[in-house]
Amino acid sequence: MSASQRMPAAAKQLAAEAETVIIGGGIMGLGIAYELARRGRSDIHVLEQEYLTSGASGRNGGGVRMQWSTEMNVRLMQESIEICRDFASELGMNVWLRQGGYLFLIRSQAELAQLERTVALQNRCGVPTRILTPQEALRIVPELNVHSFVAACYNPRDGVVFPWPFLWGYANAASELGVSIHTYTKVTGIDVLGPHAFVVHTSKGKIRCERIINAAGAWSPAVAKLVGIELPNHPHRHEILATESLKPFLKPLVSVLSSGLYFSQSMRGEIVGGITVPDVDDGQVHMGSRLRFLEDMSAELLQVMPVLSQVRVLRQWAGPYDVSPDGLPILGEPDGLPGFFLVCGFVGHGFMMAPVIARCYAELLCGGKRHPVFDRCKLSRFRDGTSEREVMIIG
Amino acid sequence: MSEKCIVCPCEDVTLADVEQAIGLGYLDIDEVKRFTGLGTGPCQGKQCMVTTCVLLKKAQAADPHRQERQPEAHTAPHPFTPRPPVMPVSLYVLAAGKGADRER
Repeated sequence: MSASQRMPAAAKQLAAEAETVIIGGGIMGLGIAYELARRGRSDIHVLEQEYLTSGASGRNGGGVRMQWSTEMNVRLMQESIEICRDFASELGMNVWLRQGGYLFLIRSQAELAQLERTVALQNRCGVPTRILTPQEALRIVPELNVHSFVAACYNPRDGVVFPWPFLWGYANAASELGVSIHTYTKVTGIDVLGPHAFVVHTSKGKIRCERIINAAGAWSPAVAKLVGIELPNHPHRHEILATESLKPFLKPLVSVLSSGLYFSQSMRGEIVGGITVPDVDDGQVHMGSRLRFLEDMSAELLQVMPVLSQVRVLRQWAGPYDVSPDGLPILGEPDGLPGFFLVCGFVGHGFMMAPVIARCYAELLCGGKRHPVFDRCKLSRFRDGTSEREVMIIG
Repeated sequence: MSEKCIVCPCEDVTLADVEQAIGLGYLDIDEVKRFTGLGTGPCQGKQCMVTTCVLLKKAQAADPHRQERQPEAHTAPHPFTPRPPVMPVSLYVLAAGKGADRER
């Protein structure tokens, strides 16, 4: 057992001052903390309101894919998956990356026309996605019922990771480099003293800092409100179920874009998947489980994979998507608030994007290269109306 | 007690596995569940929950940082969140309920 499997030592009291306070101990906050510390900037306190893995980073399906409809996302995810491949050797934690591909199933000709454009874009970027006939899809997953589908697309380099060790790996590595991680530490208020001067009030005391990174995911609008900023993203409950374990038989993650269904087989053999279900939109984070999800999910899953009908569901849970209006994240400093950085609005794919976004962010904050993603994903785009939507979103 | 003593019979998690997780610093019951996999099998923790709570309670009592880690360390550890369904249910049974008109 490697020493890096240890949990970070319990941080002592909050320091009176720090260079950087990161709000949110999810994959994004811990990833940025690690990448900053690796560049010698370790005067960082990460504040997590519960335990590590308690938010969306511990509740997602672990998918990592290069199949997107915007060039920015395709290129970011190519790099992110490369980082995933090196993660175990770099951070000493096995994240169980399995590149079995993503197989998207398409129900209508209209969807197919859109898909042809996105696959051409992916191919131009060097992603080997192919459009398949339903019969060809059967060669990848022979158990599919392809009758209601007109086509599929498949990229063999997409895959699935096991989210929890990913989070622990970043936490441990950051902690070893000097980052302080505070669990059960809830942010209750923020004083803006001036440019690059803040006091963060928490349930464990207060801390003065030059820089705040709002990496609170579905809770990020509430955190932004503490400094008087209204963000356009909002939380949306997304539910998942896991079945009993089966002998390994399913290679790719399978998804039906029109219904938001997706499922894959975990390394433990369980079928793990979710589907889009409407939810109340009251701005609050809801993580309760609903029978309606089990029913909608089971019906659509059996439509696609009738062979699973006797398989039993063991458990269901929910996690919050952090939904931005155009499907793209919100990054950088809002106008008029130097030192307050946003990294939110990732619409359910923040986990897979964190490795690359964390690197880009650390580069930016250390005065290095400014990745174009920061200009593309400014908060002001919603006011200026310069949005290009990402459409390959599941859920 | 033998280290082969089983804590979670569904997922074959032994006492030694749980003690190792605790030794590595996974001191929250939800962290122990995620690190070892206990409580995630067919019975969803009905057999292992109490044992794990007792083991964690002992570990937290010996941890000098427990006040920081677990604000309610003086009380019994809370159980991990129960996950529906109460017992395993086949997908076809659940699928048959889709669209049923009822309060939910």
